[in-house]
Amino acid sequence: MIAPIVVFTLVNGAVYALLASGMTLIFGAARLVNLVHTAFAMLAAYGMFFLVRESGLGIAESGLITLIAIVLLSLLVYQGLLNRVRQHPQAILLITLALGMVFQEVMLLRFTGTPKHMLPFVEGFTTILGVNVRNQYLLVVGGAVAVIIMIMLILRKTKLGITIRAVADDPETANLMGISVPRTLLITMGLGTALAAVAGILMSPVWTLTPFMWLSPLTMILVIVVLGGLGSIKGSLAGAFIIALVENLVVFLLPRYAFLNTTFALAIMAIVLVVRPGGLFGIMFEEEKL
Amino acid sequence: MLKRLLRDLRWGVLPVPGRVMALVFVAFIFIFPLIVDSPYNLLVFILVNIFVIFAVSWDVLSGYTGQTNFGHALTFGVGAYGAALLNRDLGWPPAATIPVASLAAALIGVGTCLPALRLRGPYLALYTLSLPLMLLGIVRTFREITGGDYGISGISRLADTRIAQYYIVLIVMVVAVLIMWKLTDAGSKLVRTGLIFHAIREDEIAARATGINTIRYKILAFAIGSFFAGLSGALYVHIMRIVTPDVLALTLSFQAIIWVIFGGAVSIYGAVVGVYTLYPLLHIVLRDLSHYRMLILAVLVIVVLLFMPEGVAVWVRSKIERQCPRCKTTNAAHRRECRSCSAALRHVA
Repeated sequence: MIAPIVVFTLVNGAVYALLASGMTLIFGAARLVNLVHTAFAMLAAYGMFFLVRESGLGIAESGLITLIAIVLLSLLVYQGLLNRVRQHPQAILLITLALGMVFQEVMLLRFTGTPKHMLPFVEGFTTILGVNVRNQYLLVVGGAVAVIIMIMLILRKTKLGITIRAVADDPETANLMGISVPRTLLITMGLGTALAAVAGILMSPVWTLTPFMWLSPLTMILVIVVLGGLGSIKGSLAGAFIIALVENLVVFLLPRYAFLNTTFALAIMAIVLVVRPGGLFGIMFEEEKL
Repeated sequence: MLKRLLRDLRWGVLPVPGRVMALVFVAFIFIFPLIVDSPYNLLVFILVNIFVIFAVSWDVLSGYTGQTNFGHALTFGVGAYGAALLNRDLGWPPAATIPVASLAAALIGVGTCLPALRLRGPYLALYTLSLPLMLLGIVRTFREITGGDYGISGISRLADTRIAQYYIVLIVMVVAVLIMWKLTDAGSKLVRTGLIFHAIREDEIAARATGINTIRYKILAFAIGSFFAGLSGALYVHIMRIVTPDVLALTLSFQAIIWVIFGGAVSIYGAVVGVYTLYPLLHIVLRDLSHYRMLILAVLVIVVLLFMPEGVAVWVRSKIERQCPRCKTTNAAHRRECRSCSAALRHVA
């Protein structure tokens, strides 16, 4: 009983962690709640479906093309739409939501609403702790861990990472230090979306592809990001695995109420927020305490 | 009395284009059933009026008081399910179920906001987002009572004819919107709530420093918003005669946000304009383009917000009206001097 819970928590948590860290990166630096985030993952999954299944390209080159295309699209979205209404957070909120709907409807027109499936990138099973795990899942976890470590290293060690953290911390001072804030935000948007695209690419054989599939992860990702504390990547990672654990505990221990897994995850978030209004790792400024 | 009304009309309403438009609009919606003949269109406009109450209640809570609520469907759903259960199980008529269900919604709204009074911004938004989804789980679990995904059907009608339903809903809507408008009017001499809500949104700490018990007023804002959302939910049930878990879905919570921000937040009329534009557009104008209508709607929202980030109604108003810099009287945009203190208007853009 315990082994499958652990294994599936790791798999789901890895995907959640990928999506959530991208979201929190964008929120932390640009202070925008990017509701279109999971729609980019949906687009990436459909991109893989299109390239692999319909155009017959190899998996590696499809993945690369999809990743580049999605990142370019996100840069276009940021520069063309979001950057113009930066002063109006509510307008940004609504535009990103509407944009997700646009992507959804376009995919609906192109691929119809029929669920699509793909063959896994790698066949077969591996037995871990007595649980048969599809190799595809191992690939997902490995890819997710690699990408997240890479992002952490970029943020910690490189000049770009320092720039991003400086802008997230205090855009005005960063600007005075000679950092181009708009350019940094643009790069952050691309970087964050790349994480979502990687999640979409890795999960494309696992997910059932429908144009509406961005909505339920969106809720979970928002929950995770808030649970961990907005803008904190460490918090998002913790949140992702907590939420994945809760979901799997419900599914395995209360199979009759498996449809309640989201409800339980949300309840956990609500409780955490009531106890710690800034999330697990969120920063609460002294003046904001009430 | 009548003389005063006429004087207000002559000097208070006619010189200001926005107020004239509002007056014409209200007159129009009252004679609307005489013009329209299709029952479907009438139903759409009944629903429009119900959703106006819903959207305006979101604006009071999230726009004016700044308590961003992503789960406003919670109280809509409580109102809807409350009215449905009272009607089906206890056999209460709509006249009794609607007020009781609205009060229940207000209670639930206050009850759920109590633990959240410390939360702010995105944290509050996500806390509230989770609430209707949790209730959705409860509704699905207790299938014997709530009917699960099939919902509760066979609820009695609000009134026998569509026209009667229209007028009942319309009158309730106008009264509800007027009440919420008065409660949030910062310049009101009767109630201070409007001013205090604005203060809480702009700077809660400063509001506390001036001796306002912000907690009490936040609870009040939640109570008002929840009550009217519950009212709209209860009305909705008695019009549609069925309630399904859809009323608790994320879609409805986001609908309210879309309508209000599209029309213009922190302005009651913005919410009204938002619902009156988007809902009929989707269900009447684009009705036959089923494949493209959501796409058209989403693109329209993006384009409009790109050029009018404060909302359509607020943008239009800023084009046709101008506030006098000296006495704050609202003037038509074409005037050169203020109509009450004759200060020059042209220099200030």
